[in-house]
Amino acid sequence: MSIFDKFQHIRETRERLAALGLTPFGAETTEIYSATEGLIEGRRTILAGTNNYLGMTFQPRCIQAAREALAEQGTGTTGSRMASGTYGGHAALEREFAAFYGEPACIVFTTGYQANLGILSTLAGRGDVLLIDADSHASIYDGARMSEAEVIRFRHNDPMDLDKRLRRLGERAKNALIVVEGIYSMLGDTAPLAEIVQVKNRHGAYLLVDEAHSLGILGERGRGLVEQAGVQDQVDFIVGTFSKSLGSIGGFCVSRHPELELVRFASRAYVFTASGTPAIIAGAREALRILAGGQELRAQLRDNGRRLHGGLRELGFRLGCAEPGPVVAVVMDSPEQAIEHWGRLLAAGVYVNLVLPPGAPDGHSLLRVSLSAAHTMAQVEAILGAFASLRVSEPAPAD
Amino acid sequence: MTDHQEVQSAIIETLQPFRKAGMTLSGDTQLVNDLGLDSVKVMELLLQVEDRFDISIPLNILPDVHTVDDLARAIHKLMEAS
Repeated sequence: MSIFDKFQHIRETRERLAALGLTPFGAETTEIYSATEGLIEGRRTILAGTNNYLGMTFQPRCIQAAREALAEQGTGTTGSRMASGTYGGHAALEREFAAFYGEPACIVFTTGYQANLGILSTLAGRGDVLLIDADSHASIYDGARMSEAEVIRFRHNDPMDLDKRLRRLGERAKNALIVVEGIYSMLGDTAPLAEIVQVKNRHGAYLLVDEAHSLGILGERGRGLVEQAGVQDQVDFIVGTFSKSLGSIGGFCVSRHPELELVRFASRAYVFTASGTPAIIAGAREALRILAGGQELRAQLRDNGRRLHGGLRELGFRLGCAEPGPVVAVVMDSPEQAIEHWGRLLAAGVYVNLVLPPGAPDGHSLLRVSLSAAHTMAQVEAILGAFASLRVSEPAPAD
Repeated sequence: MTDHQEVQSAIIETLQPFRKAGMTLSGDTQLVNDLGLDSVKVMELLLQVEDRFDISIPLNILPDVHTVDDLARAIHKLMEAS
C-alpha cells in the first residue's frame, strides 16, 4: 500500500510505450530552429502539434521587444498583480486588449489556464449555475469545479440541449453562465455561436466564449469566433490565451461589463500567483499588434488547413471535423494503432499530438495536427507525405 | 409523483446495454466497479436518464454516486426540488 498506488495505470501505460521505444507524452525537443522545425530524437522534425498558429514565437519584432524588456526590467516581477507585480507593461496590455475588442474591461492572468480558473471559479458563486459544453477544456472543468456553483454539462455543440437545460432551471436561468469555446482544441470544430446566443438571449443568461484556439485565426480582425459569427455585442465574457496565436504565455478575460474590474480583486488565481515576466508581457504586446493586422497570416493558415484537410481526406483518413481549420484531427481505429502511427510519423520527421482516451471526446484516439501560418506549403506536403506512408502497409480504406 | 422505485427501475432499464453476461442489476450494482463504465459511458447514461426524467444532474453530485441506488436517490431529490 503506497500513496502512489493510484498512479498504477499511468505506470503501466508508460511501460507499454517504453517497450515500444516511444515517448509521446513529453517528447523532448532538444533544439528548436524555428516556429515549425526542431530536433527530436536526433532528427530534424517538422513541428505540427504546437498550437503556434501564427508562428509568433520567432517573430523578430516580438523577440526584440522581449529582449529589450528583459534587459531593462529584469528576469521576473517576483510579485502578484495585487502587490508589486503590476508593471507598466501589464497595465498597458490590459488597455490594449480592451481596445482590440472595443470593450471597457480586461484582466490579464499569468497563464491561459489560470484565466479560466480565475474567472469561472470567481464569477459563478453559490446558488449560481454554470452550463458548460461537454467537450470543454480541462481548465473550464477545473474552474467550474473550484466554483461553488452548480455545474451542468450540455451536449457538445447542441443549442437545443442547452435550451432544454435552461428551461429546466426556471428563474435560475437568469443567473446562469453558459461556457463554450470558439474552436474546440481536440477535434477542431467551432461552436454554433449564433444559435447559442439566441438561446442565451431567450433565457436571459450570461455567455462566456473561450477563444484560446480561435484568437487571431477567425474573424477579419482576428478577434475570434465572436467576430466571425457577428455576435460580440451579445457575448458577456471573452477568455483567451497568449500561448497559442501570440507565441508567449499568459491569459486574459475581456468583458462588456465594466464590473469585471471587481472580479479581479476576488479572483484567487489572479491574486495568489506572480505576474508574467516583463519579457513575456512585452512579447505578447508586440504579438497582439501583429495579430490585429494579420490578415495575410490568417489567409496563409487557412490555405494550409484546407490543403492538409483535403489531402488527408483524399488519402482516406477519417477526420474529426468536416470543415478545414487550423486543427486537423485524424481519428484512429484504436489506441494501439494511434500509438504505432504516432511513432511512424515521428520516424518520418513529423511531430503531431497523440491523444488517447479519455483525452479526446467520445473515447476517440487521435493523431492531432495543429498548423501554423509559418508552415510552408512544402512542409504541409511533407506532413501529408508522412501520413501517406502510414497507408502503405494497410489495405485500402473502405468508404 | 415518481417514487424511488420507479427511478431505480428506469436506471436499471437504461443500464441493460452495459450489463455483462450473467449479471443481475440491482440497487447495489456499482456503476464503475461492477459495470466498468468509463467516463464516456457514464456521460451517455446520465444523458439518457436526464431526458427520461426531464432534469439536469449537476456534476457536483457525481463524486457521491457509486451505485444504482445512489443515483436513484440523487435523481429523486432533484425531482422533488424542481
